[in-house]
Amino acid sequence: MGTKRHFKVWRGDSSGGEIQDFDVEVNEGEVVLDVIHRLQATQTPDLACRWNCKAGKCGSCSMEINGMPKLGCMTRMSTFTDDETITITPLRTFPVIRDLVTDVSYNYEKARETPAFAPPEGVAPGEYRMQQVDVERSQEFRKCIECFLCQNTCHVVRDHEENKEAFAGPRFFIRAAELDMHPLDARTDRKNYSRDHQGLGYCNITKCCTEVCPEHIKITDNAIIPMKERVVDNKYDPLVWLGRKIFRRDELEKQDKATPSRHERENMAPSNTMGVTGVASGTSTPFSSARQPEPPAVGPDGKLDVAEILSQKQGGPSPFGDDHEFPLPSDRVTYHHPTPDKD
Amino acid sequence: MTTRIERHHYDVVVIGAGGAGLRAAIEARLAGKKTAIISKSLFGKAHTVMAEGGAAAAMGNVNSRDNWMVHFRDTMRGGKFLNNFRMAELHAKEAPDRIWELETYGALFDRTKDGKISQRNFGGHEYPRLAHVGDRTGLELIRTLQQKIVSLQQEDKAEFGSYEARIKVFSETTITELLLDGNKVAGAFGYYRESGEFILLEAPAVILATGGVGRSYKVTSNSWEYTGDGHALALRAGATLINMEFLQFHPTGMVWPVSVKGILVTESVRGDGGVLKNSEGKRFMFEYVPDVFRKQYAETEEEADRWYSDPDNNRRPPELLPRDEVARAINSEVKAGRGSKAGGVYLDIASRLPAEEIQRRLPSMYHQFKELADVDITKEPMEVGPTCHYVMGGVEVDPDSGAAFGEVEGLFAAGEVSGGMHGSNRLGGNSLSDLLVFGKRAGEHAAAYTDALAKRPKVATADVEQAVDVALAPLSRQSGENPYTLQQDLQVVMGDLVGIIRREGELTDALKRLEELELRVANVGAIGGRKYNPGWHLALDLRNMLVVSICTAKAALEREESRGGHTREDFPGMNPQWRLLNLICSLDSDGDVHLERKPVPTMRDELIQLFDRTELSKYMTDDELTAIDALSGEAK
Repeated sequence: MGTKRHFKVWRGDSSGGEIQDFDVEVNEGEVVLDVIHRLQATQTPDLACRWNCKAGKCGSCSMEINGMPKLGCMTRMSTFTDDETITITPLRTFPVIRDLVTDVSYNYEKARETPAFAPPEGVAPGEYRMQQVDVERSQEFRKCIECFLCQNTCHVVRDHEENKEAFAGPRFFIRAAELDMHPLDARTDRKNYSRDHQGLGYCNITKCCTEVCPEHIKITDNAIIPMKERVVDNKYDPLVWLGRKIFRRDELEKQDKATPSRHERENMAPSNTMGVTGVASGTSTPFSSARQPEPPAVGPDGKLDVAEILSQKQGGPSPFGDDHEFPLPSDRVTYHHPTPDKD
Repeated sequence: MTTRIERHHYDVVVIGAGGAGLRAAIEARLAGKKTAIISKSLFGKAHTVMAEGGAAAAMGNVNSRDNWMVHFRDTMRGGKFLNNFRMAELHAKEAPDRIWELETYGALFDRTKDGKISQRNFGGHEYPRLAHVGDRTGLELIRTLQQKIVSLQQEDKAEFGSYEARIKVFSETTITELLLDGNKVAGAFGYYRESGEFILLEAPAVILATGGVGRSYKVTSNSWEYTGDGHALALRAGATLINMEFLQFHPTGMVWPVSVKGILVTESVRGDGGVLKNSEGKRFMFEYVPDVFRKQYAETEEEADRWYSDPDNNRRPPELLPRDEVARAINSEVKAGRGSKAGGVYLDIASRLPAEEIQRRLPSMYHQFKELADVDITKEPMEVGPTCHYVMGGVEVDPDSGAAFGEVEGLFAAGEVSGGMHGSNRLGGNSLSDLLVFGKRAGEHAAAYTDALAKRPKVATADVEQAVDVALAPLSRQSGENPYTLQQDLQVVMGDLVGIIRREGELTDALKRLEELELRVANVGAIGGRKYNPGWHLALDLRNMLVVSICTAKAALEREESRGGHTREDFPGMNPQWRLLNLICSLDSDGDVHLERKPVPTMRDELIQLFDRTELSKYMTDDELTAIDALSGEAK
């Protein structure tokens, strides 16, 4: 039969709590969620933990296992050494309700704020025609099981409650990207939306979200970076900017009106969204997409974070990860090179 | 002790936030009703996400010969002619519209070359019929409906200033009791799982969409939510359950490793070329083709293999037989000692398709096995065996409106919790379309019912007090019996004695043990407080699981034949006399399960004529056949 293993599980509620120690039986082929269920059945019937499908498809059993955001049902016990103590804590970014259950309503609020799919006008149900190659880009993002591990790991909100209002998080960047890339979505303002209302500019593409995604969605490469590029094309290209400044006569009148015209909304004026800072705020000079010099982030005591100093490489890490060499070999790029003689 | 109860007023309360519940809620809201959705877990986590294969709808995108009549025929054939024919008819006719509608909500199905929705083959379906998104169609369905609800909320916000003006989702909320005014539904009582606080929703119409009962079995693909809540709520409110003996055991659930025992391997693995082999390496399904299917299935491996590329001129491989036949075949192989060490058989796709093709066609399957079991399905076969998967039986409803039969008014049911549509066995892919078709109908008719109501039924205070007492009882017995032990004992009884193959002696024994369990469940205790306490939640679910299990066991003992999802070793054949009968369960005044026989409705003439005389002769009694002959004589 199984062996006894040592577990540390955080127990408590919004008023506080502590790590408790348990010795519990573990059998071959089990995952962390199996062990939690055994704890409930044998030692702590009231240990609170969300779960549903136990197959990595519903995204309910998100937790932090030895500090890593993971799904309990997808973490095999065989990935730990035999004498390793396993520490399980609730998701840190969200307020604790009880034990391993957190209040994830932040995500549902952000979901509710994201404008829904807008069906194309004049296309009857049953008449939708799309090519597989076109739907595949959005389909990747629709694989999302809403486990919110990406939201949990994202440093913009992980220890920064104050950013939650202005920042929607990776889950909703891929939602915006999904709709922007949907072949038949009738709205054209998805890019601006993610800049102005989702706080896309907060993201400095550290790829932590991609790393923890149990569905292996390339959140950063396939959603966030393309969306940032589209925002840049739209907002910071000097020619586009200049083009927008030149009005036709009929447009000049509109400028005086109280309600801003579509063109005006797309001009280079700084965003009036509260809380957006840095490049995304659009307050830097319009002709430069370069980042303004910024001092490194320091703690409340004015000192640098240790990790920054102990980094093995000089300078910041590559936004594309350290395991990439550029240019990428052609079989690794995620787009098709245009071939002029095709179609 | 004083108890705080949060009160709400709604027009329609939908219990369950899976496909059927969400579709019903959308329809009720579109009809202008103030609608509440009750979800036992978080919004968007429902068991529907587990559906992999697709949604069956005769759109004819891949094979233009497909139409609703072929789909209707397949459904009746799959259910062994015990289906409620009207439900099967409505389902086949309306499924395409329901699928196309999803595209206007933003769904992205896989496409054919000409840009239409692609459709794939599936067990029991004559033509490629399942709209799909890789192998995560259920997730797409839930997400699409979830996002449609959000979009309706955004409209309401623009109009009324609040997202929740006309549709609100109560997530992590469990309903424990329906409250009546006379025989009319007046409201629903339950608790927030998070805080343990009580909630009372007053509403003249309630739609049950709570799914199935699989959690009463030890090997199951179902999530913890599947405790038969809707079935039990309906019974206690005076409604009836139909066909509870018919449970589908999915033929191919994972049996190894232990952590994922019960998780399904989609049928499309077989649709895409996967074959079943025993421990001797033999492709054994050819020996298990029953006579009724002999004509449609290949007899040699060569013919079966040709079918994948040329389906018009070859018969299909026997791996694609309806799931109960496959489950029974696997069971026989394992019992004959030709199974794997873990008690299953081998499902091999690795030797049939190139690795890249497997990864492309079955991405989440590949992913699941790799991550959960460290098995590479492109290199080695999977170990699979029967798993409790779906309950065909459920609340007996009016086919057109989804209104529950029995003594209660204002109660509707849709999806897995309702019964009749699938007869004795459900075809793969028919459940997702079932959710949409009957979810919409239930929502529509619940809304119409509230319009026709002269005055709003009232909740009686005494009923609420009683519901509170029942809910708090386990917490007052801190030293009562452990709910987890009770659940395990129940699962063993159901799994061992009311499982895939049934015998009279075992069923009688099961009923005796269930009675004993009933006494123990009455004494169940939960330690801890009311705040997010899973022990307490399970203690409350147990009585639902138990009453539904008793219905299943009683009906299984009564039906002395084998048909679809009900196999009696002592009555191995299908009996045409039994096809005429449905078994109906209700609760008598003492709260005991009462079983009665009820005739199956007779199919309309024009529907009967869709079938071959020879095919009908396999299912019908001589009297029925004479009547049919007279009918076709008249037609000539």
